[in-house]
Amino acid sequence: MGRITLEKLTKSYGSVEILHGIDLDIQDGEFVVFVGPSGCGKSTLLRQIAGLDKPTSGELKINGKLVNDVPAADRGLAMVFQSYALYPHMSVRQNLAFGLENARMPKAEIDSRIAEAARMLEIGDYLDRRPGQLSGGQRQRVAIGRAIVRNPTAFLLDEPLSNLDAELRISMRAELSALHQRLKTTMIYVTHDQIEAMTLANRIVVLRKGNIEQVGTPLELYNRPANRFVAGFIGAPSMNFLPGSILAVNLVDTVVTVLGEETLAVPRPAETAEAGEKITVGVRPQHIRLAGPGEDCIGAKVTLVEALGAETVVHARVSTGELLLAVLAGQHALSAGEDIRLTFDAKDLHLFGGDGLRIAGT
Amino acid sequence: MAGVVSFLTRRRGGDRWHWTDVATWVWLIGGLLIIFGPAVWLVLSSFKTPAALSAFPPSILPYVTQEVQVEGFDKPLPLYEVTLPDGTTAQMAEKRRVGVIAQMIDPKNPGEVVKVNIKDRKPVEMVEFATSNYTEPFLQFDFLRYLWNSVFVTVMATIITLIVNSMAAFALSKYKFKGRDLILLVIVGTLMVPLGVITVPLYSIISTLGLFNNLWGVILPTVATPTGVFLLRQYMLTIPDELIDAARMDKASEWQIYWRIVLPLSAPALAVLAIFSVVWRWNDFLWPLIVLSRSTAYTLQVGLNVYAGQLNVQWHYILAMTVVTMIPVVLVFVFLQRFITRGIATSGLK
Repeated sequence: MGRITLEKLTKSYGSVEILHGIDLDIQDGEFVVFVGPSGCGKSTLLRQIAGLDKPTSGELKINGKLVNDVPAADRGLAMVFQSYALYPHMSVRQNLAFGLENARMPKAEIDSRIAEAARMLEIGDYLDRRPGQLSGGQRQRVAIGRAIVRNPTAFLLDEPLSNLDAELRISMRAELSALHQRLKTTMIYVTHDQIEAMTLANRIVVLRKGNIEQVGTPLELYNRPANRFVAGFIGAPSMNFLPGSILAVNLVDTVVTVLGEETLAVPRPAETAEAGEKITVGVRPQHIRLAGPGEDCIGAKVTLVEALGAETVVHARVSTGELLLAVLAGQHALSAGEDIRLTFDAKDLHLFGGDGLRIAGT
Repeated sequence: MAGVVSFLTRRRGGDRWHWTDVATWVWLIGGLLIIFGPAVWLVLSSFKTPAALSAFPPSILPYVTQEVQVEGFDKPLPLYEVTLPDGTTAQMAEKRRVGVIAQMIDPKNPGEVVKVNIKDRKPVEMVEFATSNYTEPFLQFDFLRYLWNSVFVTVMATIITLIVNSMAAFALSKYKFKGRDLILLVIVGTLMVPLGVITVPLYSIISTLGLFNNLWGVILPTVATPTGVFLLRQYMLTIPDELIDAARMDKASEWQIYWRIVLPLSAPALAVLAIFSVVWRWNDFLWPLIVLSRSTAYTLQVGLNVYAGQLNVQWHYILAMTVVTMIPVVLVFVFLQRFITRGIATSGLK
């Protein structure tokens, strides 16, 4: 069992409040990813859960039990640190055994747990080496191994892949995912990399400036971001935002005009907006395509073309000066300075009100 | 060998001497003489007889005047190279000397006495090591007891210094509490208080505690050193906090964090402090002299003081015993210095 509940959790350092009342319910066996730009409080939040810091106010419960005053060691959690934090003067085996010895576990049990973890993570060959003699990927495995042998209620992972090179990061990501499938233990994972968040998470928690912006499955966040921040943060390259306004709100759709050039009927009726309201229209680069002849479109001038083979990334400037990014499937013979006509489907538009929130109903 | 020669004769100016080559050699040789010269002088002089020590001009090597056993004399006589009035030279023994005239005899023919002006003769000298400077103190002087006292004081004081100072440094570097910086400031501030100022109050404390004439009276006042606390604290600041967080997650108690994580990782700094502490305690003179007045409790440095009387200083014994007291410090340094450079604290992190 590894259910973790946060209620109105706040944390201040001196007079500076870092977390402003976090409410979150993490189910047993869930893989939850905290994502957000640096300084958003995601690591601070993880440290509160770990017990390395004490929340200023609010409640933190593990399996329904209030643990605000329970020391880190007694919360039954295991943490993997960004720098791995392996004890440099101990061998890998001693690193794995340290926590178990402190828990006064019998020697035979310790040995069998280390053997099990070593088999699972394929670190058996270097159990007697020191961390300094291992490569980055090997250290990463040892750090995860140190958490696994503890058999914790939940794993806390603080940007565990950020020190690895790109290739290793992708393979470790897959291994972590497989590990979660096998262990079925609650995992809380902190990252600033939205791709890691998308690939690993059952649920993503997007944080900004100490507040939760949105909680949801990766696709919910991608398909229906709750506000401009989440819309811009999730998905790569990030979403284009263009000025627009609402022309009419009907029973089945919302008619909007983008840049005053293209008029589309978004097939979802807005609940809170009225005709004439200025809005921001978001459209993902992948949803933009070249307009066919006679099709309603937005005119733009190409500033840069990145031909990646399978797709072509086009940077273009629209008449009002906004930069627009389009990811076109396949290869296109475009060059900088060329005038192009871009369009998109009404169903793919995201409408945000003046307050940055998604317009309800759309 | 050829490599060494070409290395030593390498010059900045190619074939010609550049002024920096000259400066470098002058600097290196001068430094060698200044640093190593006194040590060489000490070791060589410790083998000199009292007469050779007071000879003028002083010599580097321990020379002694050769002596010869002559029939009819109880003691051996000193041998001289004499220039005889006829211009020839001969080796003769001195029988007696009156003013500037010495009565010389030929060791093979002791009956015939030749009177020679002392300007016309030169002592026959040879290098000889007066090992009695070393052996006699061991017999007369209670060397082994003093050595034991010194070793006890040094070892105990160093162990306690390391433990106490590292605990203070751990708290000051890894815990956040109110007044932490003030405490550090006060500790470092005590560096500015010289021993002379606190000698009298320290003496009354030791005396009240009944530690007068007790080796613990020498050990205890010296164990908490601001230098040590500061040195260790600065080093411990470089140990990443994540390691300590990891240990906390691993159910380690604060004592275990200190003992099993922080202390092993501070080994290089501890080695430095251990060397300092050994040298300080071993060479300490003033404070042991104040506390210890019974000769059975003397440390070596205080014990050596008995050779420096008010009227007569037995330099040959002092020098010899100084060499003996230097040996342990040198050995400790040779043994521990390789730990200093070994920085292991960061090797487990990226």
